Amino acid sequence: MNELIQILTELHDDVDFANETGLVENGILNSLDIVTLITEINDRFDVQIPAEEIMPENFDSAEALWALITRLDED
Amino acid sequence: MLNNILQYLEQTAPRLPDKLAFSTGTEGLTFFELHTHARTIGAELLRRGYTREPVAVLMDKHPHTIATFFGALYAGCYYAALDGDMPPARMGLILDTLKPRLLICDKKNQKTARKLVEDGIFGGELLCWDDICAAKGGELTPADEAALADVRAHQIDTDPIYVVFTSGSTGVPKGVAACHRSVIDYTESLCEAIGFDENTVFANQTPLYFDAPLKEIMPTIKFGATAYLVPKMLFMFPVKLCDYLNEHRINTVCWVVSALTMISSLGALDKNPPKYLTTVCFGSEVFPRKQYDLWRQALPEARFFNLYGPTEATGMSCYWPARDLAPDEPIPVGKPFRNTDLMLLTDDGRRAAIGEEGEICLRGTCVTLGYYANPEKTAEAFVQNPLNPFYPEIIYRTGDIGRLNDHGELVFISRRDAQIKHMGHRIELGEIEAAAAAADGVRAACCVYDAPGKRIALYYVGDVEESALSAALKTTLPRYMIPAFCERLAAMPLTPNGKVDRKGLRERAEATE
Repeated sequence: MNELIQILTELHDDVDFANETGLVENGILNSLDIVTLITEINDRFDVQIPAEEIMPENFDSAEALWALITRLDED
Repeated sequence: MLNNILQYLEQTAPRLPDKLAFSTGTEGLTFFELHTHARTIGAELLRRGYTREPVAVLMDKHPHTIATFFGALYAGCYYAALDGDMPPARMGLILDTLKPRLLICDKKNQKTARKLVEDGIFGGELLCWDDICAAKGGELTPADEAALADVRAHQIDTDPIYVVFTSGSTGVPKGVAACHRSVIDYTESLCEAIGFDENTVFANQTPLYFDAPLKEIMPTIKFGATAYLVPKMLFMFPVKLCDYLNEHRINTVCWVVSALTMISSLGALDKNPPKYLTTVCFGSEVFPRKQYDLWRQALPEARFFNLYGPTEATGMSCYWPARDLAPDEPIPVGKPFRNTDLMLLTDDGRRAAIGEEGEICLRGTCVTLGYYANPEKTAEAFVQNPLNPFYPEIIYRTGDIGRLNDHGELVFISRRDAQIKHMGHRIELGEIEAAAAAADGVRAACCVYDAPGKRIALYYVGDVEESALSAALKTTLPRYMIPAFCERLAAMPLTPNGKVDRKGLRERAEATE
């Protein structure tokens, strides 16, 4: 989780990612961020995020994103 | 005689009154409604004494916004659309150049608009779309009809339609003003080249505050086609985006490359291909071959076109219908539209031979009126044709370098100056530097573009923390101009000539993780 927060902070160092729950809803992440995030997550956690999992509810908070990574890692 | 773009709408609205013209997917306007709203707005503007002047529009990506554009034209005005997410400081610079007496907003942007008035950034009248259109049933009085007819009688095809603001190197955005004749010329030649018709169903991607959406708006009203204005959020979620395209049976897209690669690189073409697409136009950036090939394979029956053109020559100027390419061949930008002449000028002022590099210059009705209220900048780029010393003839120098390949197709090589294309946006790195230099605690700033990594990097010298500078830039620059990272240096690296070593910094940015 800390490593994920670190990746997110590299994208936007002025956002409190531990507590922000509206990353998509509040327009914090843009489409370039999503592409960068997916590449970074694939590299660092060795999980492939399939297209059908790239959904707003999975990217709205660090917690939701971490839950997705954990779920994919178990499969 | 076709001399006003409103004639497209006036010919289509009685023919296809109930057909959907523009829609977000949930809210739309038919051609009858679009025409009625536009005339209602035009009449209201005339009643309030606005004509032959700029009208600022601060509204969402919505069919109502397009009705407002046409409404301004009915009043004999021209529109300048503002981006609601733009920092107030930048909006202030634009309003300073434009000096509009009127700003039209929608409910959603009303708070932002009121703040502009409170902060003294905008000093004119503020009108809300809902108050003009919702309150009135569209019935115009004989006096309104007479006023609209009187405006039209005096309108000519060299009157402006819009002012579109692009990034400027000195930190002040430049407003490109285009007239009816240029937009008609563009519409006719684009439709002929790509082959749109009444059955075209567009999905628009680009924001309405640029000239890019003319590609969808103009053919839609000319033919009675339909254009969906895709909500911006969908461009982050490829499967949802493809669902949207399929739900509305979209057959034509004219998108920036990054929007298309988002779908292909994240694997959505296999999972959920856009199955009704028959025409794919792309542009504004170089299409990475791997992603382009994925699209060609996924949609073998579709027609693909590369489009290229500067805002200063009205929308797009060149098109390339896809043909088979050699494995390492760059995707050309093709040939100019009919009635546009592409002049590739060498440094010694001749037309470049096949294979020789030259500056891409454009000649024709497509050349816009110039930069609004900025004769100096206009004179630099809108110049007398150097090959014609005999009579006045203005061409536009793009500052782009290109060459012709063996097929006679234009191939884009690079920018001549510090202007870049990033996520489909044209950006002057100098504007970012100017914003950084204006921030507290910054003594020197240099902005470079890491093209392979598609990142803007800012190097600076000063007392401010990197994160604080980043945060400060977010208050003055639009989102797409924010550097991917800022790095503080003890001193600016210099070349032997004493200039900032941009090349060295660019290499440093490319080597940065």
